[in-house]
Amino acid sequence: MKSKHEYSVDLLDKSIPSGMTRRSFIRRLGGGLVIAVALSDFDVLKASVAQQYPTDLNAYLKIGADGRVSCFTGKIEMGQGVITSLAQMLAEELDVPLASVDMIMGDTDLCPYDQGTWGSLTTRFFGPPLRAAGAEARAILLQMASENLGTPVSGLTVADGVVFVANDKNKKVSYAELVKGAKIIKTLQEKPPLKDPKDFKIIGKPISRIDGKEKVLGTAKYSGDMRYPGMVFAKILRPPSHASKLIKADISAVESVSEITLINQDGIIAVLHPDPEIAERYLSHIKAEYETPTTSLNENTIFDHLIKSAPEGTSVGEGGTLTEGTAQSELTFESEFRDGYVAHAPIEPHTALAVIKNGKMKVWASTQNPFGLKKNIADSLGLKEENVQILQVFIGGGFGGKSSNGQAMEAAKLAKISGKPVMVAWTRREEFFYDSFRPAAVIKIKSGCKKSGQIMLWDYGVYFAGQRGAAHFYNIPNHKTTAYNASWTAPKVHPFATGAWRAPSNNTNTFARESHIDIMAAKLGIDPIQFRLQNLNDERMIRTLKAASARFGWKSLKSPSGKGYGVACGVDAGAYVAIIAQVKVDKKSGNVKVERVVVAQDMGLVINPLGATMQAEGCVTMGMGYALSETVQFTGGDVLNRNFDTYKLPRFSWVPKIEIELLDLPNEPAQGGGEPAIICMGALLANAIHDAIGVRMYQMPMTPERILEALKKKS
Amino acid sequence: MKETIRFVLNGQTKEITVDPERTLLWVLRNDLELTGTKYGCGMGYCGACSILIDDKAVRSCMITADFVNGKNVVTIEGLGTEEKLHPVQEAFLKHDALQCGYCTPGMIIRATALLKDNPMPSRDEIILALDDNFCRCGAHTRIIDAVQTAGKELKGGK
Repeated sequence: MKSKHEYSVDLLDKSIPSGMTRRSFIRRLGGGLVIAVALSDFDVLKASVAQQYPTDLNAYLKIGADGRVSCFTGKIEMGQGVITSLAQMLAEELDVPLASVDMIMGDTDLCPYDQGTWGSLTTRFFGPPLRAAGAEARAILLQMASENLGTPVSGLTVADGVVFVANDKNKKVSYAELVKGAKIIKTLQEKPPLKDPKDFKIIGKPISRIDGKEKVLGTAKYSGDMRYPGMVFAKILRPPSHASKLIKADISAVESVSEITLINQDGIIAVLHPDPEIAERYLSHIKAEYETPTTSLNENTIFDHLIKSAPEGTSVGEGGTLTEGTAQSELTFESEFRDGYVAHAPIEPHTALAVIKNGKMKVWASTQNPFGLKKNIADSLGLKEENVQILQVFIGGGFGGKSSNGQAMEAAKLAKISGKPVMVAWTRREEFFYDSFRPAAVIKIKSGCKKSGQIMLWDYGVYFAGQRGAAHFYNIPNHKTTAYNASWTAPKVHPFATGAWRAPSNNTNTFARESHIDIMAAKLGIDPIQFRLQNLNDERMIRTLKAASARFGWKSLKSPSGKGYGVACGVDAGAYVAIIAQVKVDKKSGNVKVERVVVAQDMGLVINPLGATMQAEGCVTMGMGYALSETVQFTGGDVLNRNFDTYKLPRFSWVPKIEIELLDLPNEPAQGGGEPAIICMGALLANAIHDAIGVRMYQMPMTPERILEALKKKS
Repeated sequence: MKETIRFVLNGQTKEITVDPERTLLWVLRNDLELTGTKYGCGMGYCGACSILIDDKAVRSCMITADFVNGKNVVTIEGLGTEEKLHPVQEAFLKHDALQCGYCTPGMIIRATALLKDNPMPSRDEIILALDDNFCRCGAHTRIIDAVQTAGKELKGGK
């Protein structure tokens, strides 16, 4: 299912290296509309996302009579830590203590509209208007204080929400006294500037999560923790496969059971009961017959299917000519990379509680997209938008997977039909079945270079991963990047839903590009970092790569050196990242033990270095999963993974020593931080495995079986 | 087919009358409104639903309510309070050993059981003890550090 947001994320993802500003990218939008976006137009795009945000500062903040400051944002907290970094931004500009800020997140009645929490957009695009609102409020409060204290603004100072007369600290008035719990009615014609980074007291400081305490106490509320008088759980009849058609459902066994509410309406068969297990038990008494077409499509045959199903390609970037590039090359290389479907697998499955009372529907849902959910509920249930409210809860991990809101739509529908407060809490099996997986994909690369190591040719085709991160950032005179299906969705091609998965497209693209670069370096006998540096002219990437190299203590090597060292770099959400790893590979078992990972990241201004460090650490650990073990097994639309026994998440025993180096660039705009580091994990480990044992892995995940197979082929 | 089950829950004697075949996780979450114990997989793989039964970490999605008859049960709500966190909770907070927080109650319970058993575990012993608890956000290294700190804290308190 294509949703509007994915295009805006795609457009706004500034995975645009600074060395490529003259090039135009063709990007395909929904409905066949094709537009050309000059990369130098990034600011125009930025403005188009920013225009969704209101200009009235009262939409972002409220100063209570008690001095507490409410910060309103349509973003949600799913572990990525914006609950803390957004509070830092407001506290900094407003000059109030961080501890006085209360975050009101994702409540559609209270918060300004937001298109959704994804694409590492929060800090980059919501941050600036939030800071501006804080700065404007501070300037207005200073004017009000000036009148109150009879002193010109120039003679006032502010600290912790109290305005003082600079030369007489006994004369003071607090923000709370000035505002008295009311709205700030004044506005300024000329908006005050944001604070200079050198004056920061809260931004740029490592701040512990402000939601930590309620989370360690177990009192933090997720949607499944909400309770409502008369609440029932809904268990819904599910098909065995996404391709199945319901032929007949015999509900006679449960029709007259008085303790349940049976729903058989609008294409949904469900059992409602206050206890989810009793509801489940009665649901199992319903005998359903399905027709499911036979299929040979599975995790092994999918790649041929993708190539056969590929639409016409769209150019993601090009320069020079491929003929010229081939002519100029002394050595040529050709490779094909594959990536299987990957699940989001948050530990919290999709859950929602919907309550309809006096014509107004309230929904608590694990969603990355509360405003989209509100609209979908209103549209599909024939309610007015003002009669639907999505309320604030914590989200137990999202990673892009909690954007399509299936569970919440089910809860809302069943609440409307039954009139009861309905909770839909997907089981792990339902979570796997209805997940929008990261798409399986194929990438084909042809390249050529001089014997000196100068890359002259780059012909890159990506099938179904999507185009984010497809464009390379090396200095190559003749190159073409083509996306065969530019999005991460392709409903008619994939046997189930696919969608955005943390740094969508870019994980697969970076795996292919950085593996292929390594193949070239190894063949030429050039150190892989040196090879990258000699083909880069993007200063930010060069600096990031050198930072990683220095922190790791990299010494020049020819791969395979037997040391198990690997490197990969990439750009995502405006941030530059370079990672170096050291691995050990057991040639008998094929097992990979990642021992040390060093990440260098240029993400511009870092709002919360502690939060950013934790995100990068999380990227490394989560990324080991897709690189080494995670893949969805299926027969057509029947998802065979039903739980964590067959779908293998990273564990404590896998985790290496992780070191994060954030480059200090306070005067550069803040970039994304929740996604970038994860993009490198595939190529990083493929390159390290190659350096360790001399075999090249072309398909993720790089399981022990595949490594043994590659070793066998080599010998 | 209901039975009366008597046990100690978070330090207080409890008597509940429930269908003894029901899964303890849902009895805790729904009947007793102790929602800190989370559903993650329902099959005992992930550990999000861990609770302490007689000081051992047990997956509450894998046992029926009657199992706790006569036993001492502690959920995340019974470990510490807003005013006084349990040393393991304190250490998780200190090390920022969480992100989304959904697996956190189960992690803290598992770590608490480990430290009751082995007050000064090595890093490898911590990893072994936690290896079947899943964290998707990737807070692993911080969780290991937190458990080590908590171990020192608890031993120091003896």
